[in-house]
Amino acid sequence: MAYVAVSGGKEAIEESIRLLDFYQCSNDRDVEVEAIESKLSLLVDRVMSEAGLYSKPYAALALKQCEGSIEEAVFLLRAYRSTLTRNYYTTEVNSNDMRIIRRISAAFKDIEGGQILGATYDYTHRLIDFDRDSKRAAKLYATMQNSLAEQNPEEVSFCPRVSDELKREGLIDRYDNYDDSTSTHNRSDQESQTDRPPHDVTTTMLEFPAQRSARLQTLSRADTGFISGLAYSALRGFGQVHPTVGELRSGYVELCVVSPLDENESLCVGEILITEVECFNTSDDKDQLKIAVGYGAVFGRNENKAISMAVIDRELDNGGEYPTQDEEFVLTHGDSLEMNGFVSHLKLPHYVTFQSKLDSVRKTRAADATGGDTHE
Amino acid sequence: MNNNYNFAFLDEGSKREIRRCTLKAVAIPGYQVPFGSRELPIGRGWGTGGIQLTLSLIGPNDVLKVIDQGSDESVNAVNIKKFVGLCTDVETTNNTTEATLIQTRHRIPEIPLKDGQILVFQVPIPEPLRIVEAREEVTKKMHAEKDYAPLWLQLYESLVKYQKVTIASEYPCMVEDRYMTNPSPIPKFDNPKLHNAECLYLFGAGREKKIYAIPPHTKVVSLAFDDVPFERESFAGKTCRLCKSNNTYLDEMFDAQTGEKVYQCSDTSYCKEVAAHA
Repeated sequence: MAYVAVSGGKEAIEESIRLLDFYQCSNDRDVEVEAIESKLSLLVDRVMSEAGLYSKPYAALALKQCEGSIEEAVFLLRAYRSTLTRNYYTTEVNSNDMRIIRRISAAFKDIEGGQILGATYDYTHRLIDFDRDSKRAAKLYATMQNSLAEQNPEEVSFCPRVSDELKREGLIDRYDNYDDSTSTHNRSDQESQTDRPPHDVTTTMLEFPAQRSARLQTLSRADTGFISGLAYSALRGFGQVHPTVGELRSGYVELCVVSPLDENESLCVGEILITEVECFNTSDDKDQLKIAVGYGAVFGRNENKAISMAVIDRELDNGGEYPTQDEEFVLTHGDSLEMNGFVSHLKLPHYVTFQSKLDSVRKTRAADATGGDTHE
Repeated sequence: MNNNYNFAFLDEGSKREIRRCTLKAVAIPGYQVPFGSRELPIGRGWGTGGIQLTLSLIGPNDVLKVIDQGSDESVNAVNIKKFVGLCTDVETTNNTTEATLIQTRHRIPEIPLKDGQILVFQVPIPEPLRIVEAREEVTKKMHAEKDYAPLWLQLYESLVKYQKVTIASEYPCMVEDRYMTNPSPIPKFDNPKLHNAECLYLFGAGREKKIYAIPPHTKVVSLAFDDVPFERESFAGKTCRLCKSNNTYLDEMFDAQTGEKVYQCSDTSYCKEVAAHA
């Protein structure tokens, strides 16, 4: 009997894992985790964002372990996350106090605090640099150190939000701290706003209609490709938005926890780099128009993801027939771990269920061919 | 055992929360209890709901059996056993009667399970109404109102069109006259084993974040019309080529040398036992 695929699993798995090493052994050079962390930082940012775990060294380590596969790295971090006890919850982060490294507005030429172009690939020519030499890193490092040594530290000034002015003018609705409205159509209805803490989809199953906090958390952790494609579809025609980026800002925000010794005191436990976007859209306000905001915020520097999130946030508020306006469709299918897990499970054996399907198919055919040959 | 991780991998708080949801599931047979599904080092969609149940329940004195498609040695079963072993060191077995905790994908063992045993199912799609309604928001209401008409309609349409019920595995059943329940992708052959059983059946869907249960001595009726009785897969006239059983679920396979179609028990440990005593 040649058919033995269902047995001998243990040995096969071990050999398969050994073979994975083979794919990492083509030469004797190694990539240091520290190098991945600093030289592939946008990749690290993306992995942290989709994993929902902010740790650059672990994200880099995970990437190294899986030949740079984004979904595998996300998988490793998520699984690790499950083993951690949650000791503290941080207090609300006010991103008005962001230490900004880049900030632009496509809505206004002049904004209070100024446009800060910062670092962006937007205006580079995408030409492969064939001359990039292997000693570049060392030279760059030396130049940068010298340049920094000559500079004097400046006081950090915080920038107000572009949307603040429009809110003062009454063109944008205000939401209280925790917008907990379940209906997406009456968000201006102040009575539906409560002060309940945000819904955490990692501890409580996402239910529909979803609270806005659950929506934003889900979008922020979503697969970058998935939400970029969705946002693109909404912009192209399968949706209603073509927003203006009111403000895109990247920078560091402080994380604090309530002091275990004194409830009125909070302790700063560190800072994280995030990208935040507010998109402006014109929207109906009874017999006049208003500006409706879509919001996006993601770990690290991942601007397209943040913009896409803001586009989809707005589309979900609109509601309607297009895929991006369907809350359940958007929020249940964008998680990297879940989509890749379920798609890959198709590789598992389905002998029993397929046998059952065969049985059903054969039975209908046997019934069709009454009196004829039924080849059972 | 890998000492870098807690016993049974998850932190104690998470395990307790999963057990709490399990208790609720047992209290309301067939009802899908939402839970905060945790990510595991095993693919989501590869049995993580079942594994979370197993991890939350397992203690150092348990004896674990894991099967996939009825087989103890299938790659997925081996992999899950390896993972649970890595973080618990509990004894594992292939013997169905020896096990206190059995995790399964797609089968219920041929040997009837007893009081004190728990069978944990891995569930891809917990919602029996998903085939007729895509939205969770709607299916929740349908359950609340016990509105199962679309499912009956589907059954009827299949009879009109094919003169046969064409639902293959994942055949829906009514649990305790209240909740329509998806028995997970077990073949129809196994559905009757759910009714009035001695053991506890637990169902875990990790990606879909639901836990449900069929406790011992629960009434479980597979969906069928009065005049068209429920029908299982038929293996009439076929026997297992290894143990000669003629009353088990069989895998169909082809002999590569002769090109002949042959049959063999899907429950491998049962098959070995019968063959040994023959």
